[in-house]
Amino acid sequence: MLSQNILNELIKIVGKENVLTSKEDLITYSFDGTADVPHILPDVVVTPTTKEQIVKIVKLASQHKIPITTRGSGTNLSGGTIPVENGIVLSMLKFDKILEIDAENLVAVVQPGLVIQRLNEAVAPYGLIYPPDPGTVTTATMGGSVSECSGGLRGLKYGVTKDYVMGLEVVMANGDIIRTGGKTVKNVSGYDLTKLFTGAEGTLGIITEITVKLIPAPKYRRSMLAIFDNIENAGKAIADIIKNQVIPATLEIMDNVTIRTVENYAKIGLPTDAAAILVIEVDGSVEQVVLNEFDTVQRICKEDGATQIKIANSDKERDSIFAARRAALPALAQVKPTTVLEDATVPRSKIPDMLKALDEIAKKYNLKIGTFGHAGDGNLHPTILTDESNTEEMERVHKAVDEIFKVALELGGTLSGEHGIGMAKAKYMELQFGKEGMAVMKKIKDALDPDGIMNPGKMFGGN
Amino acid sequence: MATMYDSLDAVKAEILNCMKCGNCQEVCPIYLEEKKEGAVARGKIKLVDAVLKGDLEYTEGLAEKLALCLTCKACVKHCPCGVQVDKIILAARSALVKKKGLHPIKKAIFGTLKRPGLFNMGMKTGSMFQGLAFKKHKTLNGAYPRFPFGLDMRRIIPPLATTPLRNLLPEVIKVDKPVKKVAFFTGCTMNFIYVDAGKALVDVLKANNVEVIIPKDQHCCAMPVLAHGDSDTVKEMAKSHVDLFSKLDVDKIITACGSCGSMFQKHYLEIFEDNPEYYAKAKKIADKIMDISDFIVKEIGLDESKLGPVNMKVTYHDPCHLNRGMGVKDSPRQILKAIPGLELIEMKHADRCCGSAGSFSLTHYDLSMSIHKHKIDNIKATKADAVVTGCGACIMQLGDGMNRFNHNVPIYHTVEILAKSYAAKKKSEKSAS
Repeated sequence: MLSQNILNELIKIVGKENVLTSKEDLITYSFDGTADVPHILPDVVVTPTTKEQIVKIVKLASQHKIPITTRGSGTNLSGGTIPVENGIVLSMLKFDKILEIDAENLVAVVQPGLVIQRLNEAVAPYGLIYPPDPGTVTTATMGGSVSECSGGLRGLKYGVTKDYVMGLEVVMANGDIIRTGGKTVKNVSGYDLTKLFTGAEGTLGIITEITVKLIPAPKYRRSMLAIFDNIENAGKAIADIIKNQVIPATLEIMDNVTIRTVENYAKIGLPTDAAAILVIEVDGSVEQVVLNEFDTVQRICKEDGATQIKIANSDKERDSIFAARRAALPALAQVKPTTVLEDATVPRSKIPDMLKALDEIAKKYNLKIGTFGHAGDGNLHPTILTDESNTEEMERVHKAVDEIFKVALELGGTLSGEHGIGMAKAKYMELQFGKEGMAVMKKIKDALDPDGIMNPGKMFGGN
Repeated sequence: MATMYDSLDAVKAEILNCMKCGNCQEVCPIYLEEKKEGAVARGKIKLVDAVLKGDLEYTEGLAEKLALCLTCKACVKHCPCGVQVDKIILAARSALVKKKGLHPIKKAIFGTLKRPGLFNMGMKTGSMFQGLAFKKHKTLNGAYPRFPFGLDMRRIIPPLATTPLRNLLPEVIKVDKPVKKVAFFTGCTMNFIYVDAGKALVDVLKANNVEVIIPKDQHCCAMPVLAHGDSDTVKEMAKSHVDLFSKLDVDKIITACGSCGSMFQKHYLEIFEDNPEYYAKAKKIADKIMDISDFIVKEIGLDESKLGPVNMKVTYHDPCHLNRGMGVKDSPRQILKAIPGLELIEMKHADRCCGSAGSFSLTHYDLSMSIHKHKIDNIKATKADAVVTGCGACIMQLGDGMNRFNHNVPIYHTVEILAKSYAAKKKSEKSAS
């Protein structure tokens, strides 16, 4: 509990309407998009509207060693915005302006509370896009997606958030303001602090301004859906497409459990006996190149044993192909009350091995696991369908999750491709980085946030 | 089995279905203004869940949060898991009223609604004395309140009709060789305020050779009462309507307001879930309910030879309960597009709530108007000469908003435009002969 004096100070800084303390309000900030993590109430929710206010809040928190959990839209899937040690939840949603669109330099400067889609809408008239495309693009904030380094459906060809962050302004744990990077494409001055704060999950400081790279919007695209009756063939097709030097913008996979669930939910005519479905889209700015690439992809899928290929001949048909993929998570989520969604990621060539391992894990622990994801970049989403209130089953779920991470690491992969570590995966970090690796990270954390007030309980687990 | 209005347990499955993804943030008109988790669906669902789990009492704070919902169903339509958020909200409001009682002012108002005679008389008396209370606005068909009786002083309230629709028209309107026989549920706004729209609706039915019965004993559909959680009163009002309409031998029951239609189609059934006798009767009535535009397009067939020119550029606003409640969004557009001389210009976010939500605009006036401002901005951007919509409460809100944000174009019910088109054709036929 914070003292009334501190609450009064906060009210003085941001005004009464931007300080929430009622139990009802606090409950609504005790969770985010993550399943199977504890819900914890903050002491207060503070919504700043200016940088000056943020600095004052941080100085106050630093003086009294109050934890700050910075929050955007709270759509993350790693428990990254749950206030593990109570304290202040800092809601950035009213700090949401586009400060500059510099079309000449292909750069935009935004405040962190801006919803990603608003940036895309603002740059569309210039014929530009901001490529990172997480599933939550219409709700998630720029600050949140930079802090989680989110990925999405276009990662294979266009990269992920960190590939587009050029510069940041950050309020440090002691209230200092620093600027990193800038608008120039080339910039090797000093340590690359931009990359350090990108994906730091709010554990090192509070981002107050983001400079991002924009690219010209691709003018042409062709999409298709390829159906396979065994996983190996689908995996071979994925590898062969890349081997033939075609980099699709989208290369998504759904396994049999997902296909059956989606079909049962959306009734869109998917073959429920198929082992895997690939959703593939190629795009570019030269029509002939796009068409040639599309032909190559079709040929490879056929050669690798696709039993059926559906080509989208209109925007409407494209929408229905993508609808199948987009329905994956909601369809799976309807099967059981709790949906544990992981994002363990392996090198692309190991996708068939990973899918086989997931199948075995599901059998071993007698669980229903549907897997879909971004096959092109090796980022799979094994989704365990379960029920939080069933303690016995949840024990099996946790064992299965342990094993999923172990397999992913053995195959040369990583714990998280795009969702972040947060509180959900903190305990596995040492498995990936060893004691030495964790010690280096801890030293960085301690140097920048000696009192541990920046989003405690994340990345490193509890104190 | 207890209904969702008698026990929160009945909406447990809906609550469990919410995976807290936050997609509701994209479309919730209140959240987009407030930017607070307590204002959006997943936050309110979490609160109701906390009540069910015993982590939260039925507090005043909970009531305030639950009041922050327009029941516009935008989140329901958008939810990847298909969670029926409005069910959870309505059930929780009902539980709250059962636990804590109804606010005394609401109790007095709903008490009147329950006794249709008294309500109808009150509204009629109101029309005689309204000049005392409301100052007429110069250009708009509306008036500023002169005395502050709980209404915001900036608000434009349309005048009550000197004679309500149901007193103006006979109970049975016969036609030669009728192709269909329908009952017309007028709703309060058409009966007491937008009488011209009500007359237009009857004219349109007559022009299509449809016999119309306008039962005198009908009253408020009870949506405002349901929205505030007084489900016991809803039950009484619903019973009286079910009894009244069960007696009629008609093909269809016509509504001209999505909220009234949704009550008959959906909420009366929910209310009678524990009462097989009334559920069966209500179901028969529900199956007969049809919005006027759907009736014309799908049941009668839009006869283009009857349509004369209406030279106007219009834009169409989708009422939430008509669009997402009754699923009517194409028929009004088909009617408008078929009318010669009329140009339909779609506005951005035509299906976003206008912020009225019936009495929400009374209880949360400033928030309601900040939501509404986007609607007026989108209307302005179309440069249309008029706004067309299919719900009296929306018309009321649009009228107020036009005044507040300085945009003076007329607002019509879809059926009024159709009646204009029929009249234009008749006139040209007359002058030709």
